[in-house]
Amino acid sequence: MSVDLSQFIPSFLEESFEGLELMESSLLDLEQGDDETINSIFRAAHSIKGGAGTFGFNSVTEFTHLVETLLDEMRDGRRKIAQDDVELLLDSVDCMRLLIESIRDEIECDTSKIIETSALLEKTLAADGVEVSEAITINSSDTVESKTDDTSTWQISFIPEHHLVQTGNDPLLLFNALADLGEVTLVACAKKLPALNELDAEEIHLSWNITLQSSANEDEIKEVFEWVEDECELIITKEALSNGDLSIAELLTEPPSLEESDPILSTATSKIDNPAKPTEKSTEKSSSKAKNDLGSIRVGVDKVDSLINLVGELVITQSMLSELGNDFDLSKVERLNSGLEQLLQNTKELQESVMRIRMLPISFAFNRFPRLVHDLSKKTGKDIELILKGEQTELDKTVMEQIGDPLVHLVRNAVDHGIESAEVRLANGKPKKGTIMLDAYHQGGSIIIEIKDDGGGIDREAVFNKALEKGLVDENTVLTDAQTFDLLFEPGFSTAKEVSDISGRGVGMDVVKKNIQSLGGRIQVISEPGKGSTFRVNLPLTLAILDGQLVQVGTETYIIPLITIVESLQPQKELINRVSGDMVLYRLREDNVPVIPIYQLFNIPSEFDNIEKSLLVVVEADGQKIGLMVDDLLAQQQVVIKSLNDNYQQVDGISGATILGDGSVAMILDVPGIITMALAQAQLNQKNRSTIKPKITQSISEGVNS
Amino acid sequence: MTKILVVDDSNSIRDMVSFTLKSAGYETVEAKDGQDGLNKAKATSIDLVISDVNMPIMDGITLCQELRKLPSFKFTPILMLTTESSGDMKMRGKAAGATGWLVKPFNPEKLLATIKRVVR
Amino acid sequence: MDIQMLADEVPVEGEHSLEGVDFITSGEQYLTFLLSDEQYAVDILCVEEIRSWENPTRIPNSPSYIKGVINMRGIIVPIVDLRMKFNIGEAIYCDTTVVIVLTVETEEKTRTIGFVVDAVSDVLNVEENEIKPAPVFGGCVPQAYLDGLVNVGEKVVTILNVKTLQAVEKHQIN
Repeated sequence: MSVDLSQFIPSFLEESFEGLELMESSLLDLEQGDDETINSIFRAAHSIKGGAGTFGFNSVTEFTHLVETLLDEMRDGRRKIAQDDVELLLDSVDCMRLLIESIRDEIECDTSKIIETSALLEKTLAADGVEVSEAITINSSDTVESKTDDTSTWQISFIPEHHLVQTGNDPLLLFNALADLGEVTLVACAKKLPALNELDAEEIHLSWNITLQSSANEDEIKEVFEWVEDECELIITKEALSNGDLSIAELLTEPPSLEESDPILSTATSKIDNPAKPTEKSTEKSSSKAKNDLGSIRVGVDKVDSLINLVGELVITQSMLSELGNDFDLSKVERLNSGLEQLLQNTKELQESVMRIRMLPISFAFNRFPRLVHDLSKKTGKDIELILKGEQTELDKTVMEQIGDPLVHLVRNAVDHGIESAEVRLANGKPKKGTIMLDAYHQGGSIIIEIKDDGGGIDREAVFNKALEKGLVDENTVLTDAQTFDLLFEPGFSTAKEVSDISGRGVGMDVVKKNIQSLGGRIQVISEPGKGSTFRVNLPLTLAILDGQLVQVGTETYIIPLITIVESLQPQKELINRVSGDMVLYRLREDNVPVIPIYQLFNIPSEFDNIEKSLLVVVEADGQKIGLMVDDLLAQQQVVIKSLNDNYQQVDGISGATILGDGSVAMILDVPGIITMALAQAQLNQKNRSTIKPKITQSISEGVNS
Repeated sequence: MTKILVVDDSNSIRDMVSFTLKSAGYETVEAKDGQDGLNKAKATSIDLVISDVNMPIMDGITLCQELRKLPSFKFTPILMLTTESSGDMKMRGKAAGATGWLVKPFNPEKLLATIKRVVR
Repeated sequence: MDIQMLADEVPVEGEHSLEGVDFITSGEQYLTFLLSDEQYAVDILCVEEIRSWENPTRIPNSPSYIKGVINMRGIIVPIVDLRMKFNIGEAIYCDTTVVIVLTVETEEKTRTIGFVVDAVSDVLNVEENEIKPAPVFGGCVPQAYLDGLVNVGEKVVTILNVKTLQAVEKHQIN
């Protein structure tokens, strides 16, 4: 029988990565004498080694063996937990990750770091006088060499102790195993059998003399008795070939005692060699194998159970409705209605349940930060404590995967630019140790992730001067705090006085914002001088479903994401200002909001081309408000987002499409995209009149009012 | 049908063992740690236990000791999956009442050959 | 030289087929349709389904021959009016107006697009050697869209290249 081991590799990889994460986070928490933590680190390494051995990844097995040996010494107290060792182990975890990633991606991995780290591990282990035992290699072939083709006759005397069967061993099965090696002749000796009334059925009182005709060597025979060697007397003797015929006669006499012959002895004190049998490397990578990363999700049984329950309810509703349909008359309308109501409820719950399957706790994204902050604080010499909050907050898997890198950047930024040096902190009367907090929580249909530091806050003046230098603003521009902080996300912007290799030259903050926006989220900065800064990331819970406001423009229905809507209103005539020809501004309290007629933007016929008759939906993105002019407001509903890209292409101002209840398709508006489109137009219109960049709300309105 | 309880905290190893056994016509019950294994062992009749040693919550040695305390597990074969090639872990296993052991890494063929030595 | 001679002797697939026996298996099948009174054809293996005309949802700021998108069993499918695209006849929508939905797999991606035509006419079996190259000059249909011409009785059927038809990016350039 052959089993294709490659099918288990994705799951091995998955649990190995989990194991590595556990090792890493535990190493960061490790304190002297913390037995449970060191045990769990050891266990994780041990499991990875075991799996790697089973699936034939020798490089992982060999490397992990060193790690495991070091951990074992720490575990049983032979070695004190020194910070250097912990750092070495952290590096080792990185190496193991490299090795396992190279298996996943089916690429050769860069061995230089691994060679270097294993040398260090060996040196550390050797320095304390503990010899490094050889890692088990699965393709050892030690038993094969000694095998001969010649058949020999073996005499085996097997006298089990009375309690042998109580460990689940069964003499008959041992003999069967022996029979696999060759021809077996058995003679049982019942001399020691007690009288029937004294007989304990749970004990064994027989002994056996066995003649084995086999080409097997002694080790192979011993291996059969390996499990019972402590619970029996076992004497194995090899006879010369010519004596073979005599053996039967000899067998009928007493079993030979220890002293009489010159047997090869196996007793309780004898040492058994490594019993590992040669093993086929059946999992050696084959070129045809598909990529190991199948993008699987591990789902809790409770979530699956709730799905099954809901499907059960759906089936009941369905059968109820179809029964109703069999002979329907008007008297049953009420039952039909309640049935449909039930169907609606079932569908809604089912949808929520299915969405929940894609939800994972944000700890999957958070768990890399302790290591990151540990490494960064070492590098910068800043003493920093990282606090994680709301790690169980659930988030869509895809969102999670894409938010990881932006978060890393924000945390790096907080370490590098946020937290001051210890001297500065002490001089300002703050504790020497800086704090960075990562917090995640749900708010409405969104998840909020905050990266908060208790550092010096953002220096507005420095930001402004930098923006001036870059030509993003001019001297007369007056900016609110929010607008100032928004400058941080401009491409190539950096406030660090010196370039550091941690967060670089601000390369990335613009990318951070772009990534968050592409997820349909937004980022906001709050900062108080001397007290610290908070970067607040607002993300949709899932990318697949969106809460939308349906609006009518002419014959078309569009969907505006609810998350972007500030308010919807009936325009009042006196608040409408027309400027520079075709530009319309609406006064919304303090703000002058540019009005964008959708029919104009999309080039379609509309019922009303006059703002006074239309409705205004005020939306906001990137701190910029605009008023979308629509004919009518329809329902609010959840819609499933479908990509236009699959069969068509990206369309400006449209983020996707959805299918409405009547089966027709409706376009979902891309609010940031529309703002960009409208601003481009506005820029064109006022190019000659204003030198102020139209990126900032205030400046647009000022520009057109003056 | 012979029913085998497979206890291992590693999904991949447990899946592999279980899959191999099922392919060979055995019935399997899976558990992810010693405690889980003990609960499942109490809940159903088992003909053979194959258990990892290093596991969270309850390790394989403890599981073995606990199982031997149950009347229905007095004679049930218990095999330990161990990565230790040294005799120490085997001795600990034996002391706890294990029938035998299977040293990791092992392949499906070796697994089945070993099982034949404890179940009829 | 020797190798070339050997190569010449290797029988070409289809050459040895008996007349009238296996024209279906050795040839290709095409779906023919009308744009005004001209006959066109596409590889039938790419045809997903044939639908009657329904008003699609408009795509903002798209070229006029892209009529919009429809919902085909949960998939968003764009609709291209081939008559407008190739500027053949009049784009009127009546009871016989149909949409041929094609799915084509290319190296980059799989696309499903619907094409508005005046009517679907027939299924045509064509041997490879019956396909003649299209003349380089004249015609409303750009060369890239043409795979060749086939004579059917007195008439000529133009075989369209489905891969070019599926490349929306190219549609946009015109």
